[in-house]
Amino acid sequence: MSASPSGRPEYSNAVVRWIEYRLPVFSAANEFMGTEYPAPRNLNYWWNFGSLAGIALVLQILTGIVLAMHYTPHVDYAFQSVEHIMRNVNFGWLLRYAHANGASLFFIVVYIHLFRGLYYGSYKAPRELLWMLGVVILLLMMATAFMGYVLPWGQMSFWAATVITNLFSAIPLVGEGIVTWLWGGFSVDNPTLVRFYALHYLLPFVIVGVVVLHLLALHQHGSNNPLGIDKKSPKDSLPFHPYYTVKDLFGLGVFMIVLAMFVFYAPNLLGHPDNYIPANPLQTPPHIVPEWYFLPYYAILRAITFDVLFIPAKLLGVILMFGSIIVLFFLPWLDTSPVRSSRFRPVYKWFFWVLVADCVLLGYLGAHPPEGSYVLMAQIGTAYYFFHFLILLPLLGKLERPRPLPRSISEPVLGPASSATPAE
Amino acid sequence: MPRLSAVGAAALILATGAFGDVGHAAEEVEPIAVSWPHDGVFGTFDRPAAQRGFQVYREVCSACHGLDYVVFRNLAALGFSEEQVRALAAEYTVTDGPDDTGEMFERAATPADPIPPPYPNPQAARAANGGALPPELSLITKARANGSDYLFSLMVGYEEPPPDVEAPEGMYYNAYFPGHWIAMPPPLQEGIVAYADGTEATVPQMAADLTSFLTWAGEPTLEARKQSGLKVVLFLIVLTGLCYATMRRVWADAH
Repeated sequence: MSASPSGRPEYSNAVVRWIEYRLPVFSAANEFMGTEYPAPRNLNYWWNFGSLAGIALVLQILTGIVLAMHYTPHVDYAFQSVEHIMRNVNFGWLLRYAHANGASLFFIVVYIHLFRGLYYGSYKAPRELLWMLGVVILLLMMATAFMGYVLPWGQMSFWAATVITNLFSAIPLVGEGIVTWLWGGFSVDNPTLVRFYALHYLLPFVIVGVVVLHLLALHQHGSNNPLGIDKKSPKDSLPFHPYYTVKDLFGLGVFMIVLAMFVFYAPNLLGHPDNYIPANPLQTPPHIVPEWYFLPYYAILRAITFDVLFIPAKLLGVILMFGSIIVLFFLPWLDTSPVRSSRFRPVYKWFFWVLVADCVLLGYLGAHPPEGSYVLMAQIGTAYYFFHFLILLPLLGKLERPRPLPRSISEPVLGPASSATPAE
Repeated sequence: MPRLSAVGAAALILATGAFGDVGHAAEEVEPIAVSWPHDGVFGTFDRPAAQRGFQVYREVCSACHGLDYVVFRNLAALGFSEEQVRALAAEYTVTDGPDDTGEMFERAATPADPIPPPYPNPQAARAANGGALPPELSLITKARANGSDYLFSLMVGYEEPPPDVEAPEGMYYNAYFPGHWIAMPPPLQEGIVAYADGTEATVPQMAADLTSFLTWAGEPTLEARKQSGLKVVLFLIVLTGLCYATMRRVWADAH
């Protein structure tokens, strides 16, 4: 491929030229993630997780579609159809375990991707919409995962569905009506299962659409970088291909090894044994717990044990549980610091790790029954979470004295001489 | 500081492993830790043990417990020949139909049939067992935390209750059952089964064989999973290593 005098790329292969003239997919791909798309030269491994999230989405869709060919969405047949997949369908066990563990890995990767954004200020101008689209993707993922977990129709499937759909009854006036409408009846039953199946098949494709928007927003200004400063010259960037395609490929290899370790050697480690018991509406499990990726929200929900003014405890718990994600939408405006990266924000950096520890603590508490000292700890954990976003971030931007920023991205790598008089 | 980030990341990944053990009651007793042949990266089923376990299931457990997801032809994986499986199936009668006159009829089971349950429905099972429902056993080792260890411990765990404790009506004390009072009477007694291969039928022997069988019943593809897993992981390690080397080569001129 070489550039013609007019600037349009010319391809040496005749077939490629024929297609390109009619449908410019090759130049589009090249501009999207090829040699024509510049990326900062100093990206570290925390920048691999975006591509891993995209690949995890594709993996879930592919395994999910094949599973859907063998699954029966009816309360009397769902559980046995999953066992049919595990025992009779060729490599059905592999598909099922890949899909279940793939969902967990998808969340691990997305949470790391999110925390990368928090640490390096990737949500700040001009990337606010990019960040907000990411939060939309997270919400869609959570809805999809919740509905997917109901489909095997085990004890946890049924009772988690009962608990979470009942939350909507906390809404004043219309709450009970909404819950009956969601259920399609007077309790979680066949209509609920079938509509969850329909929506579980649909939402991943909605996620794909939002991911496309997310990538378009990303490409408008390109990636952030660990220093948090903008590109000043072409020396600050490298073409995405081959530098970051090969790095993402390596990251994909590591991801696949981790996935394979779970799928082949610990396929039920992240799951709950009760879900291998067929759903029984007349028998509640001793402890109803969601999958690990929902545990922090579950802890926040159960932390509110007291009414506040006219708001009942149950409603306040629901509001704070959803609020913990809604607050992320406002992050670009809550954080008032003009400095993006925590590398130059010594005080914020410390609080970032406190937030991480807080989320891990909330996750731990979500796994345990809300008794004894666990309740107070969950309340403290919830209080810190909202304090961090609503009070700390706005104040810290004003009060913190950041460290001096380097002059350019390439300066720390190539030496100070390189950043003098950028050749435009 | 890159190192702080790496430590933080490692802590996160380890923490997710800690959540594998969710939702447990504080008073649960740890089951006896047994080293099973099917454990570990190279685990395989002990086929003679599983065959003996199947004999224990047939002669003791199947009176009350179903094995709904195991079909007779699956038993060939334990080492039975096709003729043995057909003969085994033929010992059972199942209801089939309707025939051309609209009537249901009885016939001998074939390898395609599931192992017939002891009761036609849960209500009949409860009526015959004092209101308690004996769970079907094909997934029992996956439906309990540390399933294989738990099942073995349960079988050998029947003991005299502590002296000051009142025994509820119709219940038996078991050291490993949550809450300790179980409606199932101790199923295994010394010599209750005469093993076809002549092994001495002690309670721990029968418990271990039964556990081998039921672990297989819960996950017949375990061996295929672990063996293909070895090939997959080794392949991926080599592939990832090559990707790493390629990456270093590509990036060499950027530094």
